[in-house]
Amino acid sequence: MTTAQLGDLSTGMVWAAATVYTIALVAYTLDLARMVDRLPAARVAAAGVRSGGRATGTLVADRGDRDGATAAGGLGAGAGRVPGTAPGVGAPGRRRSKARGIARSTTTLGLVLHVVAVVARGFAAGRAPWANMYEFTLVGTLVAVVVLLAVLRRRDLPFLGVVVTGFAVLALAAGLLVFFIQADGVQPALDSYWLVIHVGVAITSTGVFTVACATSVLQLLRDSRGRGSTALAGRGWRWLEAVPRPTELEALSFRLNAVGFVLWTFTLIAGAIWAEHAWGRYWGWDPKEVWTFVIWVVYAAYLHARTTRGWGGRRAAWFVLVGYACVLANFTLVNMFFDGKHSYSGL
Amino acid sequence: MVGYRPEGIEDTLDERTQAADGRPGAPVELPRLGLVGWLRWMWRQLTSMRVALLLLMLLAVAAVPGSVLPQRPQDPARVAEYLADHPDLGPWLDRVGAFDVYASVWFSAIYLLLFISLVGCIVPRTRAHLGALRARPPRTPRRFDRFPAQGGWTTSQSPGDVAGAARAALRGRLRWLPRYRVDVREEGPGVTVSAERGYLRETGNLAFHLALVGLLISVGTGQFLHYRGQAIVLEGRGFANAVVDYDTFESGAGFDPSSLVPFSLTLDAFTAEFDPQTLASRYFRADVTVRDPDGAERAESIRVNHPLTAGGAKVYLQGNGYAPEVTVRDAAGEVAFSGAVPFLPQDEVYTSRGVIKVPDVSAGPQIGMIAFLLPTAEELLPGQWRSTHPLPRDPLMVITVYSGDLGLDDGVPQNVYELDQSGLEQSVDAGGAPVTLYLRPGETVALPDGLGELTYAATPRFVALDLRHDPTLLFVLVFALTALTGLAVSLFTPRRRVWLRAVPGPDGRTVVTAAALARGDDVGLQAELDSVVAQVAGPDPGADDDAPPGADAPPHPQQHDRHQDAGTRPEGSR
Ligand code: HEM
Repeated sequence: MTTAQLGDLSTGMVWAAATVYTIALVAYTLDLARMVDRLPAARVAAAGVRSGGRATGTLVADRGDRDGATAAGGLGAGAGRVPGTAPGVGAPGRRRSKARGIARSTTTLGLVLHVVAVVARGFAAGRAPWANMYEFTLVGTLVAVVVLLAVLRRRDLPFLGVVVTGFAVLALAAGLLVFFIQADGVQPALDSYWLVIHVGVAITSTGVFTVACATSVLQLLRDSRGRGSTALAGRGWRWLEAVPRPTELEALSFRLNAVGFVLWTFTLIAGAIWAEHAWGRYWGWDPKEVWTFVIWVVYAAYLHARTTRGWGGRRAAWFVLVGYACVLANFTLVNMFFDGKHSYSGL
Repeated sequence: MVGYRPEGIEDTLDERTQAADGRPGAPVELPRLGLVGWLRWMWRQLTSMRVALLLLMLLAVAAVPGSVLPQRPQDPARVAEYLADHPDLGPWLDRVGAFDVYASVWFSAIYLLLFISLVGCIVPRTRAHLGALRARPPRTPRRFDRFPAQGGWTTSQSPGDVAGAARAALRGRLRWLPRYRVDVREEGPGVTVSAERGYLRETGNLAFHLALVGLLISVGTGQFLHYRGQAIVLEGRGFANAVVDYDTFESGAGFDPSSLVPFSLTLDAFTAEFDPQTLASRYFRADVTVRDPDGAERAESIRVNHPLTAGGAKVYLQGNGYAPEVTVRDAAGEVAFSGAVPFLPQDEVYTSRGVIKVPDVSAGPQIGMIAFLLPTAEELLPGQWRSTHPLPRDPLMVITVYSGDLGLDDGVPQNVYELDQSGLEQSVDAGGAPVTLYLRPGETVALPDGLGELTYAATPRFVALDLRHDPTLLFVLVFALTALTGLAVSLFTPRRRVWLRAVPGPDGRTVVTAAALARGDDVGLQAELDSVVAQVAGPDPGADDDAPPGADAPPHPQQHDRHQDAGTRPEGSR
């Protein structure tokens, strides 16, 4: 195969993956709707999990009633159990749903096509396939989908599926329609193994932040409904009762954000080392550097907020949204509208 | 999360954070103590988590304008342009430092306050942590029933034996690096074991915060001691490492010019490769000869991403272009200027713009020219030229001519790439249109208005080299990596406490109960407790009524695994 054919193959695979993700998106949405239909039944199932108790623990605390209390009281009353050990409705094995099966298998299929697309793109260009905006979009979405599947293996969160596959479809479409450029070599400044390290890790953390942000959104919605928000009181939002409690979502979001933050710190340091090699200074307040720094500080603030009295829970979740908005701004606005040394978007 | 705490437990893992966070009454209680009181109050505010949080957010917000507005250190020309375009707003922005945000008073104030707050926060925490490292694990609480992870069994072993086995299991196999710190206490007829792990979490956190302080100090010291110079070097020519030989030179207040190592460097050749289809640049290499002060010579090459090290400085290949060699004869026929003039590339195909200034004429007015070089020229329409390739396959120079006063004598330093047209007049033809001259290498043309003549001899290349020396680079790197490691350790080390209580039961057997508590959210807590229970109790703690006496042998690994599986995963969670 010539490199041009490989490039075309890659593009075709991206279209295919986007199509399959669209099917997954529909399936997740249906699954979410199913979840609402089954709410009362699911409650019973959840109670079953609880009273079944653990194999080892002969002294199981009375967690069942507290669960209800927290659902009503929101985060403030968030005493509870270890997240993930007995997620109640969140236990996938408890619920059979055709839509869920379809959603999982189409996501996996989409992921396979997506991987083929990225690999083909790499061979077509003869380098690591993440050197311009189109390719960042491709790989960042890939990471988000991988993290989604990893989380869904343990949690039954069709909402997350809706958000992440929806995001993936939009991002891939935007990539193909707006950011697309032919597979090609790179300019000398990018011809470095640091491209693989720095940009690779940056994209990975972006993918992780994406899923974390979706989780925080879910947490805020669930919490607001639990507090009796009128906007979320309608039947259309009833599915929120089926998702894990805000404390659990907060914990999940935190764990993802912690991973994302460490990766982002690494990105920042690796970027500085690369800048030292390529541009002769490790830090120069280039717009991209500024925004990388801003993102880092916002997520650091998030970690601090979590441990500051009165700032945990809901407020901390807002930091995640702000941080993720900065991540998106860094990727779109800064690449396209600010000139600086990072003008590699290829547009 | 603060909410995550079983009720009724005074002793939590959050104490320290909470002390740092809301010292009792600090935010509301107004000081009554005069100056000292005020200072103490301010210090408390400054070192509180809430203020640190505020300062972090402020820092993020304050950093943004620098990416939106042009910044003087990065691009002074665009700042000047902005000021010209915004005569009302511009000067105000300038006054508040908006064109040099990262050196502005307010930006510096934020990060300095943040770091003072940081120091004020970590010094007491370090002290507390050092104390905690030597302290005994906290006492076993009286009741276990509110803890997030629990376990228990009965056994025929004596309470003392259970405690011994628990100690061994909790400490782990490595004698010098115990997993848990374990404390066994007598309690009536029974025994309790309290254990704690995860001190590394706080250690990592402190290392992270301390490394940030180290980083700031290193960066500041680097600013003080560094130097950086830029030099344009023509093919076949050289340059010496001395302040006067640089085109621009900039250094920190602590830099001593006599510390420059007097090496020199000659550009032997420059190679550029471009993509045949897209013409995008693919490869640049400058081959140079470096002459060290002791006279030793070595051949080296500098590429993008591969700087050269010479005389303690790093030499970067920052740019390249063409420097047409021209000779200008004035109206009297004397050579008024002769040399290579660096032209700045404007686009991917190296359409380059240069300015030729001829102040030293023996007769007539001073001459200035604005010239464009098209490395591979092609005439699209009559009189409309463009370059089609970045390599000099068919170079053409297109020139417009000015004469008058170049404005060089008033002592204000001028940009060599710009022509100050205020004292100049452009040469025009009979119809009033500007005169445009076209010439190829080897050609000579007469300048309009009898100004003289111009010869374009050849098209050598130049490279722009950047020399930089910063003695703190290694420190910056080490502190950055320490921060990264400390951060990962502090975020991913679980902090856990485990308690066991073994008391003689009514039937003569020993009743053992266990509980565990983690700091923050911890998915692995129950799994960890189950594994400890399994190790201490033996293979099947739930139903060991029939266990033969002395069933305290280590559990069979396989059984052990299966047991752990059952305990950690709720059915169907996989
Ligand atoms: C340059 C400014 C600062 C940065 C970038 C920063 C960053 C961080 C980060 C990323 C963490 C997360 C580690 C973790 O959650 O374990 C953290 C934790 C923490 N920081 Fe800072 N920090 C800064 C300043 C401060 C200041 C001024 C204080 C004191 C008032 C402080 C107190 C703490 C505390 C108590 C924790 C522990 C939270 C926990 O253990 O979960 N930090 N900091």
